[in-house]
Amino acid sequence: MSNSNNSRRKFFATTLQSVGLTALGGLLWSGYSDKAKASPLVLRPPGALPEEDFLKACVKCGLCAEACVNRDSNVDRETGKQRPGTLKMAKGDDSALIGTPFFEPRDVPCYMCDDVPCVPVCPSGALDIPSLQNEKKEMDVNKARMGLAVVHKESCIAFWGLQCDACYRACPLLDEAITLEYQKNDRTGKHAFLLPVVHSDVCTGCGLCEKACVTEKAAIFVLPREYAMGKAGDHYVKGWDTKDQQRVGNRKLDQIITHDKRSEKNPMDYLNKGVEY
Amino acid sequence: MKNMKYLLLRRFTQIGLLVLYFGANAYGWKVLAGTFGSSKLFGVVPLADPFMTLQMLSAGFVAGVDVLVGALIITLFYAIFGGRAFCSWVCPINMVTDLANWLRRKLGLDAKEVNYRFLKRSARYWILALTFVVSAITGVAAFEILSPITIMQRGIIFGFGAGISVVIAIFLFDLFGVKNGWCGHLCPLGAAYSIIGKYSLIRVKHNHEACTGCMECKVVCPENQVLHMINKESISVTDGECTNCGRCIDVCNDDALGFSIRSMVKK
Repeated sequence: MSNSNNSRRKFFATTLQSVGLTALGGLLWSGYSDKAKASPLVLRPPGALPEEDFLKACVKCGLCAEACVNRDSNVDRETGKQRPGTLKMAKGDDSALIGTPFFEPRDVPCYMCDDVPCVPVCPSGALDIPSLQNEKKEMDVNKARMGLAVVHKESCIAFWGLQCDACYRACPLLDEAITLEYQKNDRTGKHAFLLPVVHSDVCTGCGLCEKACVTEKAAIFVLPREYAMGKAGDHYVKGWDTKDQQRVGNRKLDQIITHDKRSEKNPMDYLNKGVEY
Repeated sequence: MKNMKYLLLRRFTQIGLLVLYFGANAYGWKVLAGTFGSSKLFGVVPLADPFMTLQMLSAGFVAGVDVLVGALIITLFYAIFGGRAFCSWVCPINMVTDLANWLRRKLGLDAKEVNYRFLKRSARYWILALTFVVSAITGVAAFEILSPITIMQRGIIFGFGAGISVVIAIFLFDLFGVKNGWCGHLCPLGAAYSIIGKYSLIRVKHNHEACTGCMECKVVCPENQVLHMINKESISVTDGECTNCGRCIDVCNDDALGFSIRSMVKK
């Protein structure tokens, strides 16, 4: 009797210990995993699902990177040898989650192959073929939205008045994704500024502009669209644009707030109180 | 050379597979491309890691057809034939832990069998279960972000980077820490294959009549709890934790061990 009691007690003790240690491991592991996947400023291959879904879906097989480096067009025109591929598989010391594909345009940009070899090889659906297909179900790499090019005016020498249109000419969607805006140079009084302007509805984020930029650290660079773009919300619509006006219908009744804490007070009171920080 | 037959065959298979994977990236070979996560055989047949596929599903993503079909093919192969053979015939970490284990014996670090209070061989099944929980909570295949197996394989194919430290850590842990610590105690992928391959056909069979009880097999076996029948009765090793590595067959001088097909008829 006492013997079976003892062994039962021992069984409970070891089970409790195992459960406890598993819980401890689970906490550490979840913490590490949350940190490891928090790599927002990473550019993914064309057709990649939104980052959150991409991280769930990517099997880290590297077939996209292999298709990228081994594509027929990937030869150096001068030496005739193979160049490094655009897509890299993240190592432990890269900012992207280990084993996932990403690219750094200043190093090697995406060359926008017509047949998009990296996407159809994806076995898991992390790179989504339909998102790159046009109405005729053909692959159209220009539908890719890998990121958005952003210009830093202060370091862009075109904004100084020097003549440089390196990014404009490097862009595969010439005069569509980047256009040059002509402005008078008041400093000299007789020259023009040729200012690069990126159009977010066309830019694919390939990074050829970032690669071409002549400044020491690129003055035009690609950021993930989520981080490079704002959003006006559906209560700001262009009243002069009937199509845009339809967005107002997207608002849900319960999201429309017309009454808040400040409505309780008399405007004379809160306007005279100064700004609250 | 006689007592190295299966060891050499295994090294040939392990390194051969890595060469094929490496060539797929470096030279565009089509024989076997990808990684253990998911591969393409001859550019046609999809293969995928069943454990990783389950992690993806628990993270909340229904994988593409290629991954699901590939995982099914691999599962059927090991369930029907291979047993836990992935661990000893395919996995590159096996070469690291085997080296650590061999050095342990040479350096005499195994003089006394230690009973690890906190680390039992059953830990891997707890970790296996935990993998799915953590995947579900964090929305990412949890083992794949720290798996030394794929880190080492990707390292060989695409270049190592800081990932090499994980491989060194496993080596040091197995050499100076726990004997067979990674493969025999912690690795949830090994645990998954133990379960998948539990009823597979290829088994090591013991012949009690020929056995002289030298226990060489138990010394060399990385999962020697599965060899409980040695010098006791003539049966097959039916435990799923046996990796079918064949080291016991190699070291046996009495022909008391050999591969056989599991008999389907119960005694």
